[in-house]
Amino acid sequence: MKKLAVVAFLLAGWVTAQERPMLFIGARIIPITSTEIEDGALLIRQGKIVAVGPRQKLSPPGDAEVIDVRGKVILPGLVDTHSHIGSVEGGDSSAPIQPDARALDSIDVRDSRLQKAQAGGITTVNIMPGSGHLLSGQTIYLKLRDGRTIDELALRNADGSIAGGMKMANGTNSRRAPPFPGTRAKSAALLREQLIKAVEYRDKIRKAAGDPEKLPERDLRLEALVEVLDGKRMVHFHTHRHDDILTVLRLQKEFGFRAVLHHVSDAWMVADEIAKAGVPCSLILIDSPGGKIEAKDNRFISGAALERAGVLTAFHTDDGVTDSRLFLRMAALAVRAGMSRQKALEALTIAGARMLDLESRIGSLEPGKDADFVILSGDPFSVYTKVLETWVEGVKVFDRTVAQDRLYAVGGYGASRPGDFYVDEEWLQ
Amino acid sequence: MRFRWLVALLALPVTLPAQLAVVGETVYTMAGPAIRDGVVLIRDGKIERVGPSSELRVPAGYRKLTAKVVTPGLIDAYTVVGLSGYLNQAHDQEQVERSKPIQPELRAVDAYDPREPLIEYLRGYGITTLHTGHGPGILVSGQTMIVKTAGPTVEQALVKPDVMVASTLGGGAREREAGKSPGTRAKAIAMLRAELVKAQEAIRRREKKPEEATRDLATEVWIQVLRGEKPLLVTVDRAHDILSAIRLGKEFGLRLVLSNVAEAYLVLEEIRASGYPVIIHPAMQRAGGETENISFETAAKLKAAGIPFAMQSGYESYVPKTRVVLFEAAVAASYGLGFESALAALTIDAARLLGISDRLGSLEPGKDADLALFDGDPFEYTSHTTGVIINGVLVSDRPQ
Repeated sequence: MKKLAVVAFLLAGWVTAQERPMLFIGARIIPITSTEIEDGALLIRQGKIVAVGPRQKLSPPGDAEVIDVRGKVILPGLVDTHSHIGSVEGGDSSAPIQPDARALDSIDVRDSRLQKAQAGGITTVNIMPGSGHLLSGQTIYLKLRDGRTIDELALRNADGSIAGGMKMANGTNSRRAPPFPGTRAKSAALLREQLIKAVEYRDKIRKAAGDPEKLPERDLRLEALVEVLDGKRMVHFHTHRHDDILTVLRLQKEFGFRAVLHHVSDAWMVADEIAKAGVPCSLILIDSPGGKIEAKDNRFISGAALERAGVLTAFHTDDGVTDSRLFLRMAALAVRAGMSRQKALEALTIAGARMLDLESRIGSLEPGKDADFVILSGDPFSVYTKVLETWVEGVKVFDRTVAQDRLYAVGGYGASRPGDFYVDEEWLQ
Repeated sequence: MRFRWLVALLALPVTLPAQLAVVGETVYTMAGPAIRDGVVLIRDGKIERVGPSSELRVPAGYRKLTAKVVTPGLIDAYTVVGLSGYLNQAHDQEQVERSKPIQPELRAVDAYDPREPLIEYLRGYGITTLHTGHGPGILVSGQTMIVKTAGPTVEQALVKPDVMVASTLGGGAREREAGKSPGTRAKAIAMLRAELVKAQEAIRRREKKPEEATRDLATEVWIQVLRGEKPLLVTVDRAHDILSAIRLGKEFGLRLVLSNVAEAYLVLEEIRASGYPVIIHPAMQRAGGETENISFETAAKLKAAGIPFAMQSGYESYVPKTRVVLFEAAVAASYGLGFESALAALTIDAARLLGISDRLGSLEPGKDADLALFDGDPFEYTSHTTGVIINGVLVSDRPQ
């Protein structure tokens, strides 16, 4: 689909790529925020959803292109709240806290893993630097459009700035030789120290009240942390063990930043505490526990436990820890362990959208929202179901009947290019 | 949970193990068509009779278990679980010894921890047999063995010791340190050929002057390999490396088992002609490095080409620490292999490949009473394993 999209860009730019209304009829439509529609219709125009409803009740405009999708299932585009596709990088090994490093400046949009994510039905993704730091840098929220540059994929805030959060981590990954912390207490102390500096910096800015004479010198690191303190930049906090989870909640309360807990292997042990703090969780479920000490109690039951406690819960791929092409599978495994279908579907879509502050644009099929959706061959939680098509803002970015797209979907010769797992490169150095 | 099987034993003091009747809406015996409304009678740890409930009355005194779907206990045809533990710390990683690139004398029985939590975890999903031991990642890592996923000691778990010699070719066999061999693909093959030639010479010497023969553990293993008593299990992914493995096997007349084979679909005809069976990679194994061209559809392509194969959980260096063959077969089933072939790959086909089909792999009278019970299609993400029976003992009954 890449070629088509590029042509569209050259002609008119992305937003107006889809002028003629399109009406998808006959599918089982799962809008997420309203009840499922057995024989539904979805009308889109200029990259936006115009109407969703039962086929009989929806009268399309005369010039609409009608697409028969009977027997299929339509879901909103999936939202992956935590991924490492695009060969993303953040801070280097010089310091444990690097709020000035931006994912924006590292991502290769030609990495085949972006196409594989499209093949998995993912339309919005939070790409994050790794967890080897207490704070590894600024994350970036992308739409998986068929773009050629990071700017064509990036989502923007209302003020035009690039949308993204801040990646933090505690536990074992960020423990290393100095200047990195060697213990959990030191990890928390280093982060508190830095956040206190940011508070003081923010106070100076406030006091200056716009007077350039009184403004403190610009400091890229502190500026980014002020965005965190002001709630403009969501903290995406990697944490696994029950006590580390509580440490995040403690820091969150002290500094009042907005946070999403990520991975949260022991969520099932401290679900009530998480609920009480009102902090959402983005979970990863892995096929077997362990692989590192702090993931030894990771269980499929976390989804159900958080649902019972009333915690806003999403899933994430952590790609390459799990495969973006099988993102639906993770929610299905949560259902296997007792999570409700509805909450599991929300955890793939609207819940993640909320965690990225994008719920007014994406995450459900509602009039006015972006026309991001997935056409499935069957039930979203069946192993036999395939993603047939993925649409972003009214443009088809994945089509399983197209040979190149199918190659990304199933793998095979040429489906990957050297990426994060390319061990031979390591050997050559 | 770890001692659940013991609890089960203690709860049944009269008959050890119990007489069981497993009634399934569908019983996949893997020795003929599936039986609708079938019964499997189990006596003294073995399967006594199998048939439709209309023809087979459950005798008095048998404990009755019911399930929607009943299959033979599942077989993981190659794993490192029990040598590689879930904490992933130096003290629980025994699958590769790095002091020398070729150490066929290392035995799996001397390293297996039967209380490793991952064993119980896998068992909860219906996996009753593991072909486990030394892993990929070095030219020749050691030997493998076959165990059941129950038993507090390796001796009690053991089905067969010293089954295959595990080796790796291609990029995965490379030593990372400068000056260490093998550093290239060609060197790896040269080193293996040298070992095998040395063993051939030892055989000649022994035949000429038996009184002068001295024991050498590694040579003894290579002689077994040369005589076809032990297959050489070769983990290999790139198409040209697969052909190198076959070339080596044919030169020395070895029994080869090809493992992982990410690019098998490029050389299907060569693999089929070699007669060597395949233990295919986990369907969801990550794409990267040697496996960058991996495909969800390789199992389906092997099937279509008529190549015998089974499924492995393989080796994982990070998270998750092991894969679950039930989940891997499910994805392969969905990507062209189909339900029946995927189930066969986990049961009878694996048992044949591993040389244990006289005891395992199907539900037939006289075979070990190893069964897995499910509340739906075993491959569906949202189905549960509801019971696991090993040697006639219900070792797990918590839905998982």
